Amino acid sequence: MSIARQDPPAMDMKQFEGAFLEEAAEHLADLERLLVRIDIAAPENDELDAIFRAAHSLKGGSGMFGFHDMSKLTHNLESLLDKVRKRELPLKLGMIDLLLESSDLLRSQLAQYGGTPGAVVVPIDEICGRIRQWSESGAAGTAAPGLATAADPVALPRTLHIAFPTDEAVEKLLPDLLDQLGQMGTLEVDPPAAAPAGKTKKRGKQPAAPAQRTLRLTTDSSQDIVLTLFDFVMDASQVTIVAAAAPDEVHVAALHNVHVAALHDNGAPLSSAGDENVGYGFFHAIDAPVVATGHAATHSSVQVAAAATAAASAAPGRANERTAAADTSIRVSVEKVDQLINQVGELVITQAMLSQSAARLDPVLHEKLLAGMADLERNTRELQDSVMSIRMLPVAFVFNRFPRLVRDLAAKLGKEVRFVTHGEGTELDKGLIEKISDPLTHLVRNAIDHGIEMPAQRTAAGKAAHGTITLRAGHQGGNIVIHISDDGAGLDRARIIAKARERGIAVADGISDAEVWKLIFAAGFSTAQEVTDISGRGVGMDVVRRNIDGLGGSVEIDSVSGIGMRVTVRLPLTLAIMDGMSVAVGGEVYVLPLASIVESMHVAESQVRSIVGGGLVINVRGEYMPVVSLQQLFVDGSAPCDTASGTMVIVEAEGAKTALMVDELLGQQQVVVKSLDANYRKVHGLSGATIMGDGRVALILDVATLTRGRRARTGAAAVSMH
Amino acid sequence: MNKTILAVDDSPSLRRMVAFTLTGAGYDVIEAGDGCAALDQARKANVALVLTDQNMPLMDGFTLIEALRAMPAYARTPIVMLTTESSDEMKRRGRAAGATGWMVKPFDPGRLLEVVRKVIG
Repeated sequence: MSIARQDPPAMDMKQFEGAFLEEAAEHLADLERLLVRIDIAAPENDELDAIFRAAHSLKGGSGMFGFHDMSKLTHNLESLLDKVRKRELPLKLGMIDLLLESSDLLRSQLAQYGGTPGAVVVPIDEICGRIRQWSESGAAGTAAPGLATAADPVALPRTLHIAFPTDEAVEKLLPDLLDQLGQMGTLEVDPPAAAPAGKTKKRGKQPAAPAQRTLRLTTDSSQDIVLTLFDFVMDASQVTIVAAAAPDEVHVAALHNVHVAALHDNGAPLSSAGDENVGYGFFHAIDAPVVATGHAATHSSVQVAAAATAAASAAPGRANERTAAADTSIRVSVEKVDQLINQVGELVITQAMLSQSAARLDPVLHEKLLAGMADLERNTRELQDSVMSIRMLPVAFVFNRFPRLVRDLAAKLGKEVRFVTHGEGTELDKGLIEKISDPLTHLVRNAIDHGIEMPAQRTAAGKAAHGTITLRAGHQGGNIVIHISDDGAGLDRARIIAKARERGIAVADGISDAEVWKLIFAAGFSTAQEVTDISGRGVGMDVVRRNIDGLGGSVEIDSVSGIGMRVTVRLPLTLAIMDGMSVAVGGEVYVLPLASIVESMHVAESQVRSIVGGGLVINVRGEYMPVVSLQQLFVDGSAPCDTASGTMVIVEAEGAKTALMVDELLGQQQVVVKSLDANYRKVHGLSGATIMGDGRVALILDVATLTRGRRARTGAAAVSMH
Repeated sequence: MNKTILAVDDSPSLRRMVAFTLTGAGYDVIEAGDGCAALDQARKANVALVLTDQNMPLMDGFTLIEALRAMPAYARTPIVMLTTESSDEMKRRGRAAGATGWMVKPFDPGRLLEVVRKVIG
């Protein structure tokens, strides 16, 4: 069957879809987090409730928005989880696996509904069947004696007579339903008939009287299961199911009477003043709104308050935090925030321009104006800080996905891994959060796959059978530092050196450990003895490093053989503001990221040499590196490369140094980065633009692409001269 | 003055949908994400109709209905339960707690308006 949405209920709903999809993703994340964390042997009630509620909310929302596949799957989940929550069914490992599998499926459904390109259509019938098996198998043994068991005395195939009212909405969903019923056994469908007379009279005001439909289903599934399917299409209480050995003896009209009689058996009819057929009803005549029932009326307001407090204190702390956060936060699109940040950026620039002009004024004559300028400067800075903080998100957004990953990977590899996180509350720019996720995932995978040893090996080495992987985030200076550490075997110095030599990398014998660890960042380097499907394909650490360099960060490795390994990732706080060095080239101003600058110098002509095939290299204290003339690159491609007059700025990116030739160093300052892609188009060698204090636009150089392009041409020659 | 409706559901998107539909029809809508918040809202405002979900954190719908009924101001106010399950058990509990009626989720905006108009006109 198709996952495509069927007839969304109304046009009006469209605008809430985005919000629902986001909300659903949060529910899924919650569900997964809870499932991974839960203690299978002794689950807490509130955890089970929270898991149930996540499925329940997903079901409600997906039904609302016409996402029928998701609604069906979550309905099955809800039924199962309800039994678990009520302790009718014990929690088992297999069940958790199934629930996690379902949550994966739901995630791909969300991607599908959200129109993510490449999202796949996922069939859900198979998994729904397995979920139902779990609900049924567990319930059979523990269900309360009475209704459920009485209704399902045997699991032998028998014919169920099913009658239900139908209308246009129901008919639309019917083919799907019939399809599913058909899969449960042999199905006979009668053409729709007019509703019984008594019913239509009661619904006299309705424009179109609903028709009645009857089906005969020969199956060994229980009535409950059949009813469950109906739940998606209509209020299941409207469906009448009668099991009969001899189908011919039972009449549809009689069935209807059974249904009505059953309702009356429960006491007063439950829908005295409503239309049960349309999915709602009233317990009382609505003209005279309810008078409080006896026991409720005796409550005093003090008791109510007490009840409220009791409920609040009984709820787990997490739930409190979440609701509190939900009540005091608003959801705003990233574009709006970015727009705000941009506007504040403009304000900062205008303020800087005013300050520059005001600096020329006589401080005695313009005392008040200058005092105002000082206030403006302070307020602008504070405003900028506050606005920037809006984009900050806790790293928990990334960390939270790891417990699941660790669990799955460890299980796959037969390892025992404990996963610990610290400093999840550390805030990071949203843009960084998105980009740091892949490198971190890779590092965690590596730690499990290569770092942590098999339990037997660990015990033999005198360690605990289970390894520990720790993710720790925190601030250090103006940076965010994330440590990924494991207590595994550590890096193997000898093997890395051997591997490096095999790959033609020159390695001195007395090389320090730190230098050895750096070798694993070389492209295509992998010391895994066999390639697993988890890691060890040889694309890895170099990509991690390139990604983190691209964010203006750095990676370091510490390792002690037999004790473990620690990778330290250092990142700037934000991508939107950067410390830069402005340089003049051919009358234009360019900005270099300060983090990538190693040193600047005036060069003696003797230090520069031409190489075969064009291009220049420079010898800095015995180290050769290519020279890039920014004048040639950006201003005039045919300009002579006059090395004597220029100043060189040595920059480092991706582990390689390049000398950039500039006319003059202008100074160091913080710049607000503006995207060229968004405002103009992508330009090779440039990562963005900024507006300087005097109002001029300066381009920000992308050091990585500049050095990469140059190295490809002159790198080989530089090495051969070495 | 417009009548005020209190929409209680832990799903913000559902609340937004309800609010959008009802404000469009000339009602004022206030929202709460759980039973406790709903009680706070109910104390502050003069609510003509309460629409409440069942399964919510902190305080569920039944408890909310009982608590509201215990407040003199809400002894006669219509309260409609929004629910995904329409079992007789649910209806019995809702009725015992003092609900006026129930409405099965999912519903579309049209049906919501129909119910609201029936209850408070």
